[in-house]
Amino acid sequence: MATLELAISDDVAAAPARRRRSLGPLFWAAIGWIALVLAVAILAPVLPLPSPIDMDMLERRAPFSVEHWLGTHGPGRDELARAIFGARISLIVGLCAPVIGLTIGGALGLLAGYFRGRFEALVVGSMDVLLAFPPLILALAVTAYLGQSILYLTLIIGVLGIPAFMRVARASTLTLARREFVIAAEALGATHLRILLRELLPNVMLPLIAFFLLGVAVTIVAEGVLSFLGLGVPPPIPSWGSMIGEGRESLDVAPRLAFMPAIAMFLTVLSFNLIGDSLRALTDPRQGAL
Amino acid sequence: MSGPVLLSVDGVAVDLPTPRGNLRAVDHVDLTVGAGRTLGIVGESGSGKTMLSRAILQLLPKKARLSGRVLFDGQDLARCDATVLRKLRARSLAVVFQDPMTSLNPVLTIGTQLIETLQAHLALEFQAAWQRSVDLLAAVGIPAPEQRLLQYPHQLSGGMRQRVAIAIALSCEPKLLIADEPTTALDVTIQAQILDLLAREQRRRHMAMILITHDLGVVAGRTDEVAVMYAGRVVERAPTAALFRKMRMPYTEALLAAIPKLDAAPHTPLPAISGRPPDPTRPLGGCSFAPRCRYVDDRCRQEKPVLVAAESPDHQYACFHPIPIALAEAM
Repeated sequence: MATLELAISDDVAAAPARRRRSLGPLFWAAIGWIALVLAVAILAPVLPLPSPIDMDMLERRAPFSVEHWLGTHGPGRDELARAIFGARISLIVGLCAPVIGLTIGGALGLLAGYFRGRFEALVVGSMDVLLAFPPLILALAVTAYLGQSILYLTLIIGVLGIPAFMRVARASTLTLARREFVIAAEALGATHLRILLRELLPNVMLPLIAFFLLGVAVTIVAEGVLSFLGLGVPPPIPSWGSMIGEGRESLDVAPRLAFMPAIAMFLTVLSFNLIGDSLRALTDPRQGAL
Repeated sequence: MSGPVLLSVDGVAVDLPTPRGNLRAVDHVDLTVGAGRTLGIVGESGSGKTMLSRAILQLLPKKARLSGRVLFDGQDLARCDATVLRKLRARSLAVVFQDPMTSLNPVLTIGTQLIETLQAHLALEFQAAWQRSVDLLAAVGIPAPEQRLLQYPHQLSGGMRQRVAIAIALSCEPKLLIADEPTTALDVTIQAQILDLLAREQRRRHMAMILITHDLGVVAGRTDEVAVMYAGRVVERAPTAALFRKMRMPYTEALLAAIPKLDAAPHTPLPAISGRPPDPTRPLGGCSFAPRCRYVDDRCRQEKPVLVAAESPDHQYACFHPIPIALAEAM
């Protein structure tokens, strides 16, 4: 017994040190990059930037200069301003679309995993249908009928993310729903609502949040792909994806036009993934307990 | 049995559909528990103890079928609607499980779990619920309860967690506490403490308790009555003292013999029960214990013995060849 107790207290004492180590410089670099991108995206209208839409016909595809820090692109718009305003689109879509998936998919998965039976069959079945639907066709159809806008773009990507969130939520609910703490709560007369919200949701939230940050990263890329294909926000509003798409045309003359937004996107996606991983490791109170 | 009957289980059977066929986990069990009394249910793994407790709480897996009646305080739990059942559970029933690792919510602090339970049941203010939680934790023997309330389950040792689980179970003053192998996952030294704690709180709150275990030693000093289960059936039932004085069922005898004795000479072989419990999806025609019993004869293999009264109506056993009283007393 004595040795067992010792082992437990050692483990507890060692845990904080291990956690602190896991937040290395990479994590802080990622936080720093995201903070920078968020700050400039939010402050974009008040920053002393040239307009991202006005064209400077005398400075077409200009190299780096004091006037245009990152140069200009083909029609002569300022690249830095476009990258910063493009970040707004990427972040709005990247953060809002997974929220749709998180709330709707998470709720459906939680309910399906808890109540099982016909409801579960219905939810899983309809999610399979949604998964089987080719995403690009859906995006094409929606933009063809409803037109291009940030709202529709967000909705399309958000709805397409629902099945994945549903599956994550359902899988973890299934493993938790017959755990003894749930049965104990039921034995104490807890309502279904209470069990769902207080016993299951806090447990299911952990994998969901990690998956959400992954979803943000994936969505930023997806928005880039759609914009690259011309299905994203309508020009001349810049987004990283459409900037890469436009830069493609002058890849031989000025490769920086495609590479700079690509690097910005790469760093942002990497940062979200790094933060997601570190946060999951940090906030999981089940560490070593289960 | 003295005092009013709190819980009476009448002919309860639980059937679980499995891919290999119907599994009868509990087979026509009759039991009664008086208010403030303790019933021990003893049996090896798979004998249906846990399923019986889930049947009493109406917490069986969704596909399980329950037949028979579970009368609690005059109400048939198997037939009352969800709202009534929930209120009844909230007021009167509680359960403590075997594994304190999984019986507490891993992502909520001890305090959150206790306080929310209290607030949900007793409509207390946060301050009052907090104070009450501190008192409860102190009552179950947890030092520095204020600090513990802020901790997560994984920061506590197994014994501590089981104390917390007991505190949560006791928080709404249940009339019946079902303790399903509450000490099996714990160290031997902690076992005795937890059992003493349960006994003390039970006396103090005048609550009835069903103590489920596979260890006859656990029920010996702490129960008023014992039911021995085998293959889903109650095979012997008696007031605790009478059972240990003169057990009649060969299975009970074998269970008792299988407990290691402190005063035995070193290297004494432990008389284990040979063979395994019968496959519950293939019921035997005769006595379920027949293949492992040393008194078995042809009748045992063909006919199922029913519970019959021994010399007192309190003591019942299901066997054609009970251990003779003289011999039982000598043991």
